[in-house]
This record gives sequence, structure tokens and C-alpha cells, in this order.
Amino acid sequence: MSPPVDIETEEQVRIRLIVNGRKVACDVAPRDTLVDCLRQQLELTGTHAGCEMGACGACLVQLDGAAVHGCLMFAVQADGARIDTIEGLSESGVIADLQAEFHRRNALQCGFCTPGMLITAHELLTHVARPSRETIRDALSGNFCRCTGYEAIVDAIAAVAAARAATASQGAEGSSP
Amino acid sequence: MSPPLTSLDRPNSYIGRSVPRPNAKRLLAGRGRYVTDIRLPRMLYAAFLRTPYAHARITGIEVDAARALAGVHLVATGADLAKICTPWTGTLDHFKGMTSEPQLPLPLDRVVWAGQAVIAVVAESRAIAEDALELISVDYEELPAVVDLDAARRPGMPLVNPVAASNICFRTQLDSGRVDEAFASAAHVIEEEFSFGRHTPVTLEPRAIVADYDSESGALTVHHATQTPYQFQDLYARHYGIPEASVRVIAPDIGGSFGMKLHVYHEDMAVVGLSILLGRPVKYVADRIESFVSDIHARDHHVRARMAVDADGKILAMDVHDATAIGAFSTYPRTSVVEGNQVIRLIGAPYDFKSYRAALEVVFQNKVQTSQYRAVGHPIACAVTERMVDLAAARVGLDPFAMRARNVIVDSAYPTASPTGYRFEALSHEVCLRRLRGIMDYDALRAEQAELRRRGIYRGIGIATFVEITNPSPAFYGVGGARISSQDGATVSLTPSGEVRCAISVTEQGQGTEAIIGQIVADQLGLAQEHVKIITGDTEVTPHGGATWACRGAGIGGETALQAARKLKANILEIAALVLQEQPAALDVVDGQITSVATGQPRIPVAEIARIAYFRSDTLPPGTQAQLTVSHHFAPQGYPFAFTNGIQGCYLEVDVETGFIKLLKHYVVEDCGRIINPMLVDEQLRGGVVQGLGAALFEECRYGETGQLLNGSMADYLVPMAMEMPDITIDHVETPTADTILGAKGCGEAGTAAASACVLNAVNDALMPFGASINTIPITPARVLKALNRF
Repeated sequence: MSPPVDIETEEQVRIRLIVNGRKVACDVAPRDTLVDCLRQQLELTGTHAGCEMGACGACLVQLDGAAVHGCLMFAVQADGARIDTIEGLSESGVIADLQAEFHRRNALQCGFCTPGMLITAHELLTHVARPSRETIRDALSGNFCRCTGYEAIVDAIAAVAAARAATASQGAEGSSP
Repeated sequence: MSPPLTSLDRPNSYIGRSVPRPNAKRLLAGRGRYVTDIRLPRMLYAAFLRTPYAHARITGIEVDAARALAGVHLVATGADLAKICTPWTGTLDHFKGMTSEPQLPLPLDRVVWAGQAVIAVVAESRAIAEDALELISVDYEELPAVVDLDAARRPGMPLVNPVAASNICFRTQLDSGRVDEAFASAAHVIEEEFSFGRHTPVTLEPRAIVADYDSESGALTVHHATQTPYQFQDLYARHYGIPEASVRVIAPDIGGSFGMKLHVYHEDMAVVGLSILLGRPVKYVADRIESFVSDIHARDHHVRARMAVDADGKILAMDVHDATAIGAFSTYPRTSVVEGNQVIRLIGAPYDFKSYRAALEVVFQNKVQTSQYRAVGHPIACAVTERMVDLAAARVGLDPFAMRARNVIVDSAYPTASPTGYRFEALSHEVCLRRLRGIMDYDALRAEQAELRRRGIYRGIGIATFVEITNPSPAFYGVGGARISSQDGATVSLTPSGEVRCAISVTEQGQGTEAIIGQIVADQLGLAQEHVKIITGDTEVTPHGGATWACRGAGIGGETALQAARKLKANILEIAALVLQEQPAALDVVDGQITSVATGQPRIPVAEIARIAYFRSDTLPPGTQAQLTVSHHFAPQGYPFAFTNGIQGCYLEVDVETGFIKLLKHYVVEDCGRIINPMLVDEQLRGGVVQGLGAALFEECRYGETGQLLNGSMADYLVPMAMEMPDITIDHVETPTADTILGAKGCGEAGTAAASACVLNAVNDALMPFGASINTIPITPARVLKALNRF
């Protein structure tokens, strides 16, 4: 029998991240993706691996405030970045209205795509205050859902946009002299 | 004036109410616990070496280098697992003459489809296991592969299973009589051939399993992303020789299933064996490429159909032939012939005619297995029937609505039976037709279509009526010898704090099982729904039952919960009557309070009854033993299936220059009997419709001549995304089944059943000015252009 083979890929690299507001250091293999690191090293299982080629959107996280595919990026590439996952966004309350509206309208079924959907929705509403249904559907083009038929998701995002706009206009009126 | 009170105005009236799913909040916060998330102490990871050949003999295996790799714990071949696992064969006794090759977790000497797992590696991580795969060499002697369905049926072709007499898995025919006479006397005979491509479920969470065998106790625990934990408990016990009670299957959150996660897969069976060999937990999660080549595919059919119609447009007879290719063997334990069997039995189901003849040929080929997928057989039967009805309508000169109104089984005709032997209790085709015409605003759509056509814009309107099979009785699998339960079980307990916990055998995959069971239990017990906890998906804590398949969750699982809750309520009232010195019949439970039936006044909280029964039984009369846990089972009786019905409509636009199709609007009218949660029913329908629309326009597993899957990734295999999907208007008719107290039937497959038929009719409607016709699904741009002679 041949002797045990040592493999290059077992080499570990230390990276530092701010994940959901906390500083963390992880030892990762160069071939580990960001989603591998989040799920396996940090046990943040809310981010899912669906296709591992950037087509389904289940692995979306925020990197320095922008949605990125956790499966298309090596963990080492994220060294020094700020990462916000569904867990962090839930705890901070920043998407609480989206989550409540998704819940109210049953805009999810199995829930596997849902963290990615919420991150796309959050990013869209950050950039476009009152998106049309067409714009919402377009924004969701990288998020595959096999269960819902999408309509309730579009409805939920549109309703949150309307509610946020109403709150903003009330706020604006309140602050005017 | 306020509207009249309905049953929903009672406190705790949850049946018929749109309430959100209690467990959905957890999923929205990223706190789902899918099998892919599970990590156990000392857990190892499996990966599989797969064959690149569709058909080949294995002539040599060299695994020493892989075994020597640091971090590798086991490299197992087919022979290693064959020592501990008995083979399985995907046949059912009631399908006479059916054949299929025995299967083992990994093959011994021959591979039968490209992508079949050949060797397993178990290592410290999935990455190391994959590294080891690269160090294995397998010598193959390539054999001729049978790829094409029609070629596979020809005599003299290579055999998928060399010891079989032919590539035919199963043949059957139906003949209700007088078919030839009907065709001879018909004013019109319509003939057409149809082709349906293979597609695959593409659940967002791939198949996932963690097997954990404890060699000290001989107990096996399997965390399995499945719809049917009890079925797998039985299979793992029998094929690995472990007592059934020592096998526990846990199905936690499941990321989509659609029928795909109830079949036996070689890798899953292998992982159980690997854990037994190692005495450690072993995890396997299919990656997406593995999913495409090893999950079941579905719907590979060629259908020839003829329809005889009289001068007034009345259907007289149908004569059909369905050839369906199922891959290299029939799936276990449900078999791969159920789809074809349902196709030939559901064709023509909404319509009133007597003479029907059908032949079915189920054919092997060197591809991955096809089997049951959402709306088994329905989309094929519906597309064939509804296209033939449209062709007949055009020949006779009738509008599609008028043609259907003339031919559907009238709502006053029930009970009745189809010429294929299905017994229908009560369906509502006529009222559904009228409703659809209304919600589509059909006349306005036709006017708009005509107006746009003058401007060179080609829009199409398609409708499709359907019948759906739900609530299957033991006649479905049980009679064929499969250990697949049609009954369900529930254990309902009153807790010491006056809350309720219900462990039930139907499972949750996001469709809302936990929500509707909670609604039913709370409704029947007179408690607030937030005080009812539902437990599913664990064979150790829930009673045995069929779980979730064939639209049986609400109709059978719901009835089980209802009956169990009523028994518990009777027991609670018995204790309450002793405490209150009252007759049980004089008491009820409303909003968590024992109340007087006569006055409606609350007498004592249910929680107080629970406290007394659990902690102060000394204060109850001698001989009293409080039975505050009730276990109850329910199996459907009466009709073998609770058939549902409905109709869908589709409005779309065909770009005749590019062949692209834009879906503009979809409409559904559906009758699933008693509706427990309208919001969840609507979402089931929408999801089902979109799955059917994907099949209609995009999804096709494309193979090369040597049996290689050419589009096995999510970049190449198109699935419906938000941008391409229309808004879907839904309306309901409620015809409860009288076979149960609850009256619920299924709704999960209705959307998928008719969506592709609708699109097929709508595209053909749009192409009518060109005299072009399409009879192949999916309807890709290339096929549209080909039909237009532009490609």
C-alpha cells in the first residue's frame, strides 16, 4: 500500500471579516467559497447553496453593503470585507418590514430561496423607492423559486415599497415648517 | 347593515380562514434547519465517482491511491455494499407482466446511464472525498446505448437489460368497447401526434441525507430530505436487516420535493450502508450537476391520439397510444409506470363519451430513471385531451368554450364513472367553465386579440379543463404489494398548561401542512391556534402514515387530525363534566374555556381541567383515569380517489419573428372541496401553475446521441423565473367530498395539471392565422419558428 498522500489543498489561510457586525477570523482553504466559510466555519446556515454557479440566488449575502453570490467568491477574496447574512439582517431589524410582509402574504413555501429573495428585495428597495411590478420581477431575475409562482413575492415587495414611501412622506410632512 | 354571521365568526373558527403559516417566520429569519445544515459529531462526508458512459461494462477498478489519501476513511465499491444490502426491484404486482432489473446501491459490473454512481468515498470533508475520486481509475468497456424512445421500441435494438426479452418494461391496454363503430359513424375524425420532453424537478435544496448508524445499539438514525419518512424507515430496515423500530427517519425542513424526494436513490441507500460499515455519521448532499444526472426525470412521452366527433361537435370516442421512456429501470418502490398508467386513464376524463381505447408502452432506455413528479401523468393527459378538443372545435366551427360546454360531464350527472373506470363522486365542470369565462373577460380578450392581429401582433387564448387525482386509497400502491401507507395517524395531547400538541404523519415541505393541521385541531378543540403545536417528520415521535404525496395532506391528514381532535375533545369534556357535575353533552369548548351549551357561559378554563387531571387526580371520582392523549388513525374509504376538477385559461403573445412567447396573464378556477386556508390554496395553485408553465415553455433534459445529458446545469436548463411569469388570477368552487367529515380534497397538483395544456392551446390559437400547428412540449422559440417554416 502506498503511503498517505499529503494534499496541497489542506493548507489553511487566515482571513478576517466583519460578519453581521462582529469581527471574526477564519482559517479557510484557498478553494473554500465564501458560502462554504459562512456555513461551515461560522455555522451561519441561513445562506444556502442551491446551484453553486450564481444562477439561483440562494447564496446571496451583502458584501460591503452590496448583494453578492457567496458561491461565486472564494472566502480569501472576502478578506477584510463586511459581510451581512440573513441572520444579521434579521437581528438588526433592517428588513423586519419585508419579513413581516412576506409572512403575511405567504410569499415563501419551502423557504430555501427566501434568504436570497429578501436580500435581493432589500437591495432593490435601497436603490429604487417605488419600483414597478415589472422592475421588481426584473430585480428577482436571479432568484429561483420553485414553490411560489413569484406573485406573492412581488406583491410583498411592492407593498413594503408603498408602506415605506408613505412613512417617508409622513415624516417629510412632519419635519416641514 | 353588517353582513350575516358565518361559521368564521365563531371564536377559534379556523377552517376556511387565511392565516399565515406559524413556521414561516423561522424560515424568513434564516433559521430553517434543512438536512443540508445538519452536522453531527464525528460526521464524515461522502462523494461518488460517476460513470461518463451511458452503457458500459466495468472491467477493472483501482482504488488504492484513493484509500491512501490522508483524510479518507472508506472507499466502497458495489461489491462492498452488496454484502450488507439486499437488492430492490421496482415492480408492483397489479401491473401484470411488468419487469425491471434488480438494483443495488452501487453497480457490480455494468453501468446503465451516464452519471450513475459507481464508487463511494467517505472522507473528513467533501473536498477531500472529491480529491480522492480523482485518484480512482475505473476501466469500462463501452456498450451500445439505447437513447431514443422510438428506437428503443424497435426489435433488434440493443437491450438496456441484457437478460430481458425486449426494452419494454410494461404494456397495457384499455377498451371500453364500440370504438371502431364510433369512428366509422363520426362526422369528423381528428388525429394528432404529440411529443413531450423529459424534464426534472429542480428542487432548490438538492437531495440530502445524513445516516448515523450506532453499532453498539444497532440503531440507525437517518436525517433525510424526504417527503415520506415512514416509507424510508421501512426500506432501510428491510434492505439492511435492521428491526424497523430501531430505524428512525427524521425529515426536518425540506427545501422543495414535488415528488422527487420520495423515490429510492442509489446514493441515499449507499450512504446508509457507508454509515453501517464505518459506525459513524455520513453525510451526502448532491451538488447541482449531480442532481441533474441522478434525480428523477419525468414526462418523456410520445402520444398518438384520435378523436371521433359528430356533426354537432359531440365527442363520440377517443383512441390513444402512449409510449413513454423511463430510463434504465423502474423506480422503487412506486415504479415508473404510474405516470403512463395515469396518462391513459385521465385522457378524456372531463368529457362525457363512452367509447375509449388506449394502449400504453413503457420503455427502457439508457438514461436516468423517470418517475412520479408533481401531477403525475396529468399534464400529458390534459395536453393531449385539450388540444384534441380544440382541434375538434375548430373542425366543427365551435368556440373553445362552446365546445367544452357541449361535452363536459354535466354537474347534475354525478356520481358517474369515466370509460377508463375512474369513479367520480361530484365534479363541477359546468360552473367552472362559466366562472373562467367571467374572470377572463373572454369576449373582451377575443376582441382585443382580433384588433391586435390586424396590427400584426399575434396573441393567443387557451383554455384547458382538468380532472385531478387526490386522496389516494390503498388501491393505489397497497394492492400492488408496496409498503406505502394510504392511512395517516395523529397523536393529540392536552398539555398540563391547557395547550395541545399534535404529532401527525403528514409532512411539511413548505406547502403549509403544519398550518392547516393546526387550524383543524384548534378549530375542533375550540382553542386558539397559537396554543396548538404541530409535530411532523420524525418516525420516532409521530404515528405511521403515508405522509405527503399525491395530494393527500389536507384530505387524509386533515381528516385524521379532525377525528383525533374530536376524540380528545370528548375526553376533555368527560373530565370537565366530572369536575362540574354536569353531563358532557351539556358542555362545549370555546376559546379555551369549558362553556355551557345552553347558555354559552364559560364555566372553567380547559387549562384548569388539565391541571386537575395531571396533578390532582386524587380529586376526581374513584376509577377515573384521564385520557388526555389520543392516538387516532384514518384511512380513506368510499371512493378510491377524491377527484377534483377545474379549468385554466392563458393569454399570451407570440413574436412570430423570433419565436419568443410572452405570457401575459393566467387564470385558474379550481374546486378542491372544502378549503381550509384560502391563501395557502392560492399559493399552491400559483406555484403549481408556474411549474407547469416551465414545462410548457422552457424545461427539457436534452441528450446527445451517446446518452449524455447536454444541459445539466442551471445555466443551461431553463427554469421559470419571476420576469417570465405572469400574474395569476384564481377563483374557487367548493364541492366538498361526502366521504369525510372535513370534505377536503387536494389542490397541490391542479396548477401543474393544466398549465402546459393551456399554453399549448394558446400558442396554437396565436398561430392560427399562419395555419401553423405545434404539438411538442416544451414550446421553444426554435419549435415555434419551425412551425412557421422560418427555421
